[in-house]
Amino acid sequence: MSAPDEIRSVDIESPEIAAARAKIRRRRSIALGIALALFALTFYTLTIVKMGPALFDRAL
Amino acid sequence: MTGEARVEDYLALLKPSVMQLVVFTAIVGLVVAPGGINPFIGIIAVLCIAVGAGASGALNMWYDADIDAIMSRTQNRPIPAGRMPKEHALVFGLVLSVFSVALLGLATNWVAAGLLAFTIFFYAVIYTMWLKRSTPQNIVIGGAAGAFPPVVGWAAVTGSVSFDSIVLFLIIFLWTPPHFWALALYKQSDYGAAGVPMMPNVVGEASTKMQIFAYSLMLAASAMLPTFFGFAGWIYTTVAVITGVSFTLLAWRLLRTREDVAMRKAARTLFNYSLSYLFIVFFAFMTDNLLTRFGSFGG
Repeated sequence: MSAPDEIRSVDIESPEIAAARAKIRRRRSIALGIALALFALTFYTLTIVKMGPALFDRAL
Repeated sequence: MTGEARVEDYLALLKPSVMQLVVFTAIVGLVVAPGGINPFIGIIAVLCIAVGAGASGALNMWYDADIDAIMSRTQNRPIPAGRMPKEHALVFGLVLSVFSVALLGLATNWVAAGLLAFTIFFYAVIYTMWLKRSTPQNIVIGGAAGAFPPVVGWAAVTGSVSFDSIVLFLIIFLWTPPHFWALALYKQSDYGAAGVPMMPNVVGEASTKMQIFAYSLMLAASAMLPTFFGFAGWIYTTVAVITGVSFTLLAWRLLRTREDVAMRKAARTLFNYSLSYLFIVFFAFMTDNLLTRFGSFGG
């Protein structure tokens, strides 16, 4: 087997494996999205809680 | 699937089983600390401590990938199993470290955040990179990292470190050697193959069993400190006496057992009991504290 043939045999992936990889990546992206959304929500809520009841009691 | 890390693999990097104990002891530190904390901020503090502990677990798996591949207990972790490049664990651990410390500082105070940062540094650098492969005292000194969570929880409420929180630290610190050496006694071939100098591989079984017994006595004595210094009542005292005596008796039985199979069984029993021990003692301490406060509110 020549060198280019070896490279081709590594690169070729069955459709089933490619689909499984895509599914794993999609789940990872969704998990990351949820984590970032929760992080933003946490910061927002934390800001409100830290400011307390005097949130609107300030000069505008 | 090789080379494609699942969400579950990233969660495994956080060592969820270790995190349970960290979260529980941190909650106890947070609840028993004098003064109050907004419930939402309290939840955020516990979450930050949990994520910080998870981050140090990820950094540990990044650095220890070579020895994890040798030990049967750790071979299926994401990196040695080939599901994740080790650099991903490093980046994941560093990002979570920074975010957990920063968020804890902003939500509570920078004393707690500093303690959490030191805990992560201690576990990842002092224990994992330095002590683990160089001395059989690795888990004695490294055990400090696992003992910090109640101190961080306490500091999140009070902004300081006090004698009471140091006593909680001491109980976990003295619990760590008998806990891990019991595990090492029935898994010592694993540690030996990986070249990790755990106590049984370096000084032998007899000396390890003697040290386990000595630490068990110190642990049982340290668990009585809250009673002696007057910040625990009869509920905690009763539980601490019963569990301390049980722990010491199991360590004594291990010390007296010579035959190999029976010794491994005794070591496994002590290891399993040690897990329950810490939960029971800390739960009793928290319950006692809450009942005392509730009683004072009622009076």
